[in-house]
Amino acid sequence: MSTLKPPLGPRDHLRGELSRPIHLVEFGDYECPFCGQAQIVVRALERALGDQLCFGFRNFPIVGAHPNAQIAAEAAEAAGAQGEFWAMHDLLYDNQHALDVPHLGRYAEQLGLDMHRFVDDLQAHRHLEKIRSDRHSGAISGVAGTPTFFINGIRHEGPFDFDSLLAAMTLAARFPRAG
Amino acid sequence: MPAPSILQPGAKAPDFALKVTPDQKLALADFRGKPVVLAFYPADWSPVCSDQMSVYSEIIDEFRDHGAQLLGVSCDGVWCHLAFARERKLNFPLLSDFEPKGQVARSYGCYEAAEGISGRALFVVDAAGTITWSYLAPIGVNPGADGILSALEALRCEASAPRSQPQQGARP
Repeated sequence: MSTLKPPLGPRDHLRGELSRPIHLVEFGDYECPFCGQAQIVVRALERALGDQLCFGFRNFPIVGAHPNAQIAAEAAEAAGAQGEFWAMHDLLYDNQHALDVPHLGRYAEQLGLDMHRFVDDLQAHRHLEKIRSDRHSGAISGVAGTPTFFINGIRHEGPFDFDSLLAAMTLAARFPRAG
Repeated sequence: MPAPSILQPGAKAPDFALKVTPDQKLALADFRGKPVVLAFYPADWSPVCSDQMSVYSEIIDEFRDHGAQLLGVSCDGVWCHLAFARERKLNFPLLSDFEPKGQVARSYGCYEAAEGISGRALFVVDAAGTITWSYLAPIGVNPGADGILSALEALRCEASAPRSQPQQGARP
């Protein structure tokens, strides 16, 4: 059984408090079309589960298949450094076909980010270490492609449509959370 | 599903020499002195195999950090491997267990004769050529790399542990 290492914590990008009973963690790639679909499912699950769910996102760019995935992940982290991680995250998934550097700059402008800092962060690859650390976490946790989900710390093996994830999370909520 | 019984920890890893390109072979013995990870998989291009190999390629540094060599093995021909590796930008060798078909997979106990493919079996072989960990995933399930990396970590711990005989009063 593959388990999430390290567990979800304050250094992760979170939607919802860590104290909530259900933790859903996604390892995702901004250029992966399946992650694009999963993004819509995750939003629907959050609406359905309300304050039961804490969602966390870790980067796992598959650069071999998706040449812009890593720089897009850096852009999300750079926006995160200015308090706009989720806004950028949503923009990237809404615009998966256009994730080259000029477009990333446009999204940053759209969010009203400090452009000097944003560009500087990308050029210096200032957030690459965070992405590497997420990738390491994915490697030792048994990420098997993107997206890979963990529900309360345990790798979700089934499909990632709304019903499958909701059923798995409902079941997980009946037991104390492992981590 | 009658699972074939794959070779278990403690077994000597059967040697082999398989083509990686039309005119180049790699032998297990070529890597003696470093750990080797053998990732047998059913087929180039299949969705699960593609994801599995792409993930391994993405995290190749995790294997290298342990000084280990990763080798993918399937029954596909060498030209198929070359096209697959190029398309997915894979950065480790894919070995062709093509003729006699599946001979190496058979010797590791992971050949699925009914399907004519290798099962999705993972082996960690230590520097001396002994299997220290093995795992056969259900055919449609991508096992990821966590099991492999734990096994490599265990090898590293073993290597750095003192070799002396247990002494009285020593902690267990």
